[in-house]
Amino acid sequence: METKMINLKINGIPVSVPAGTTILDAAKKLNIRIPTLCYLRDINAIGACRVCVVEVTGARTLIASCVHPVSEGMEVITNSKRVLDSRKTTVELILSNHDRKCLSCVRNTNCELQTLADHMGCEDGKFAGVMSVAERDETTPYLVRDNNKCILCRRCVAACSQYQSVSVIGANNRGFDTYIGCAFDKGLNEVPCVGCGQCINVCPTGALRERDELDDLIDAFNDKSKYVLVGTAPSVRIGLGEEFGMGMGHNVEGKMVAALKMLGFKDVFDINMTADLTIMEEGTEFLDRVKNGGALPMFTSCSPAWIKFVEHFYPEFIPNLSSCKSPQQMFGAVCKTYYAEKLGIDPKDMVVAAIMPCTAKKFEKQRSHQSAAGVPDIDIAITTRELARLIKRQGISFTDLPDMPFDTPLGIGSGAGLIFGATGGVMEAALRTISELVEKKPLESVDFKMVRGTKGIKEATLELVGQKVNVAVASGLANARELMERIKSGEANYHFVEIMSCPGGCVNGGGQPIKTAYVRNNEDIQAQRAASIYNMDAAMTLRKSHENPVIKELYTSYFGEPNSHKAHEILHTEYVKRDNY
Amino acid sequence: MFRNHILVCGGTGCSSGKSGLIFQALEKRLKDEKLDEDVKVIYTGCFGLCASGPVVVVYPEGAFYEHVKVEDVDEIVSEHIIKGRIVDRLLYKDPTHQDDIPKSLNETQFYKKQKRVALRNCGLIDPENIDEYIAFDGYQALGKVLEEYSPQDVIDVLKASGLRGRGGGGFPTGLKWQFAKDAVGDIKYVCCNADEGDPGAFMDRSILEGDPHAAIEAMIIAGYAVGAKQGYVYVRAEYPIAVNRLNIAIEQAKEYGLLGSNIMGSGIEFNLDVRLGAGAFVCGEETALMTSIEGNRGEPRVRPPFPAHKGLFGKPTVLNNVETYANIPQILLHGAEWFSSMGTEKSKGTKVFALGGKITNTGLVEIPMGTTLRTIVEEIGGGVPNGKKFKAAQTGGPSGGCIPPEHLDVPIDYDNLIAIGSMMGSGGLIVMDEDNCMVDIAKFFLDFTQEESCGKCVPCRVGTKRLLEYLEKITEGKATLKDLEDMEELSYYIKDSALCGLGQTAPNPVLSTLKYFRDEYVAHVVDKKCPAGVCKALLEYFITDKCTGCTLCARKCPTNAITGAVKQKHIIDQSKCIKCGVCQDVCRFDAVIKQ
Repeated sequence: METKMINLKINGIPVSVPAGTTILDAAKKLNIRIPTLCYLRDINAIGACRVCVVEVTGARTLIASCVHPVSEGMEVITNSKRVLDSRKTTVELILSNHDRKCLSCVRNTNCELQTLADHMGCEDGKFAGVMSVAERDETTPYLVRDNNKCILCRRCVAACSQYQSVSVIGANNRGFDTYIGCAFDKGLNEVPCVGCGQCINVCPTGALRERDELDDLIDAFNDKSKYVLVGTAPSVRIGLGEEFGMGMGHNVEGKMVAALKMLGFKDVFDINMTADLTIMEEGTEFLDRVKNGGALPMFTSCSPAWIKFVEHFYPEFIPNLSSCKSPQQMFGAVCKTYYAEKLGIDPKDMVVAAIMPCTAKKFEKQRSHQSAAGVPDIDIAITTRELARLIKRQGISFTDLPDMPFDTPLGIGSGAGLIFGATGGVMEAALRTISELVEKKPLESVDFKMVRGTKGIKEATLELVGQKVNVAVASGLANARELMERIKSGEANYHFVEIMSCPGGCVNGGGQPIKTAYVRNNEDIQAQRAASIYNMDAAMTLRKSHENPVIKELYTSYFGEPNSHKAHEILHTEYVKRDNY
Repeated sequence: MFRNHILVCGGTGCSSGKSGLIFQALEKRLKDEKLDEDVKVIYTGCFGLCASGPVVVVYPEGAFYEHVKVEDVDEIVSEHIIKGRIVDRLLYKDPTHQDDIPKSLNETQFYKKQKRVALRNCGLIDPENIDEYIAFDGYQALGKVLEEYSPQDVIDVLKASGLRGRGGGGFPTGLKWQFAKDAVGDIKYVCCNADEGDPGAFMDRSILEGDPHAAIEAMIIAGYAVGAKQGYVYVRAEYPIAVNRLNIAIEQAKEYGLLGSNIMGSGIEFNLDVRLGAGAFVCGEETALMTSIEGNRGEPRVRPPFPAHKGLFGKPTVLNNVETYANIPQILLHGAEWFSSMGTEKSKGTKVFALGGKITNTGLVEIPMGTTLRTIVEEIGGGVPNGKKFKAAQTGGPSGGCIPPEHLDVPIDYDNLIAIGSMMGSGGLIVMDEDNCMVDIAKFFLDFTQEESCGKCVPCRVGTKRLLEYLEKITEGKATLKDLEDMEELSYYIKDSALCGLGQTAPNPVLSTLKYFRDEYVAHVVDKKCPAGVCKALLEYFITDKCTGCTLCARKCPTNAITGAVKQKHIIDQSKCIKCGVCQDVCRFDAVIKQ
């Protein structure tokens, strides 16, 4: 069907766009970038902040360009005094009820309100008056909400309800007293918040931030009795560079390792390695369930926000979750058992840190059944953002660093482990190993492209030793919920399902570099960062988990075989049903 | 066959004056006298002359009794009913009357110039009895429509009549129904906005309490015209009597096959449900109302899409005000020309106004569009009481503006009111005299809109707060002329940038009082004085030479701010005075003044 084209004029310049296009998008075609604040494509198109207003000839009042569709012959003015004064006043009003301690704020220099105030030429102290005062919500181990910096753009509410279908936050009270919070004024720890951090990713100011663990890390560095080592998740190496002005998804693995060594970690290991380990354990677990009538479909368990989601909303499916710990937790467990024994040190004296694209990992590390050596597997889980801050704080010239390799013995990861960062990656990694294991012959192609891509729900059917295997992949918890409902109703009949809480997978995790709404609205962050990962995998020689020499060594010398008793004790965990409100 | 009908007003005003007890007492007394077969007592809706409540009207004479008490029931029955002697002392005394000759209701100043179309049954029928509605041509229009009119015919009649929305927007009703009819979709909805949030407005309340079937009938007709099978009446929860009477009316209509499937055997289906509001003025805004019915937080949303295309539950929806609906059965019965023969060129028909404030005849009036404000205030309203001078009339509630004396002869209609800086609004009309401070009035309305702002958009959420703070500063004598300038600029910004009608019109009271009463603002800012003597912070209580030194005020003063010896002139210590006014209240010599 032909889409009708609409002809209009913006600031006197003619432009032609498909019917249904907003004034905002039409203006972009003319390189006119109308400032926005509350607008988030697809999930928060509500025209609430009024920053993006424009004049439309014939309209009585100013029009919100982010939501208003163009019409034939429309005449738009984006830069008249009337419009510019209105935008400036809107930002000044927001500032008049905002905690303006920018210099000590975590979003200093990366705050959309700062940028707007700068661009609009706002005056300081205009509209001084009563200000809302709120107490911070610090009830969870992973996130801090400071409503004194909230500008009520509703982007967090939209992310929580639209991307994630968790919906634990919303607007309370009305008018000037409106604040974003949980039902019945409960803290985030009393409602089914899963810790995914997507709300932080979309917050334009410092109202939402991850809980900072850098002080704990620095204390550990300064404690001479501790052996401090670190492991890095797949997605960190393609996100970290963005915090230093490098391109979206740029691979900075070598510099990342160099920086971590300079920070003072005794060993810098690669959690891609334990991702491979997870594949061994999970692949074996899956085949066992298929053979012996275990709970199917089996769900992956590396995403802690997904785990918490199941525990709150679908506890009846807990038996279906893989009992494997996540790569982060397996890493800590291996360090404090196998590696501590090798080094001859007491696991109590070992501090294992993990660099993650994720905020939910801060919750995961303090769960029960995550202490293989009697002490927590992971002591410190810091996000990509925190690592960048620490690097800057220590005065390391990141972009000038030479590439350095990971340390041995736990520093080798395969391409399969690397692609854990993208949605479909765990599934593909698992299929690479399971296929070879059951078919008992090498794969012709290691690529399972049918499970790649940023589509929210992907389904595929494969044939393994003459059997049909139905697999599904979902990222973003709203998609996960849809999949769960299909499974519950009997509509779907999967064997193996991969779920990642964050839309697009960990590359777009709640701990990754924060992008402005403009970038989120106009670029495909998920695809760009994932492409980097898949390109790296394609260039590697070691691309299958079971071929990883470190993995082979771990089984030969320590665990015996996948799902062995020892493996179960150290590398597997348990889950618990959780109340909702 | 009844020889007498006694109509007792059961509107909220008279009910709170215990008219319910009067009704019961009448019924009992008549039963005791074995007259209950000859005399019928009816508990009706609002008569409109609320200042005279509780109101009782006895037919066939049409004797209009005012300020009736339960104790008067015996005399009414003994004298008027049994002996046929009208009780003079209870008769309504028209304050503007030249002579003492009792006039029939329709000849009184209050009713003479009214034309009751939307209110025609209020005060006439028992709203809890569908038979009485039917007896007065009720559901005839529906029958005519289902028999003789196609859906498009109905819309054409409405268009020709010139009916415009009575909720305040003034949008042509026929056009709105046309959009909804033309919208593609099998499921459509009809909604009625009975949220009536303007302070001092009670037009819709009176219609729902006094004649709920008028709205019901119109909604069924709307369903037929646009192709909707389901309707919702969204009533504010603060109207329990209206809700109750609406529910009774709906049940009775269902019993008579006027709601449900196969209405009047036509094959047409229409169902009606009531939904209650929860105390938010903003839910009177059409999109906020709809999202509230859907179970969401009552916040307006941007348009497009418009409700006629995507409204309730995302379906094409007609949403009209109660009073708009109340006109429709009559338009269809008597024709478009009958309706358009009343009113002005662009504003046809009549409008119900809730008359309040400094006016003798407070109550509900319905007048043809084009009637002047002077007629309403001086004739129908009976003028400003206590010999005070008219200062301004506020129309449109918190979204409207003030009309000064120089515009008293403006014919009231949608466009004329906008031209002079006010708006029709839903029909609240508050009269102010020289003792009202216009800055204080603006502050009163801003206080309301600030409280009721939903909080979604910045201009309203923060803008109206800051605007109110300016007004507070002014009334406290702490403002500068720059503040006045900034306040005016902020007002225009909010009007221009807010997301919905609440925000866009919130600054109107400020702008219109600034336009016509700027000198009053300047007096507050520059002279630190409130000319009308209202703004407490700018007033001083002062004892004049009339003081006899009786010491009463000094003894009553709660802060011991008054000193003076017996038989000596007393003095108020301003630093201790809290301006409670007790001294002025107790002084028997008029020696305490405010200045």
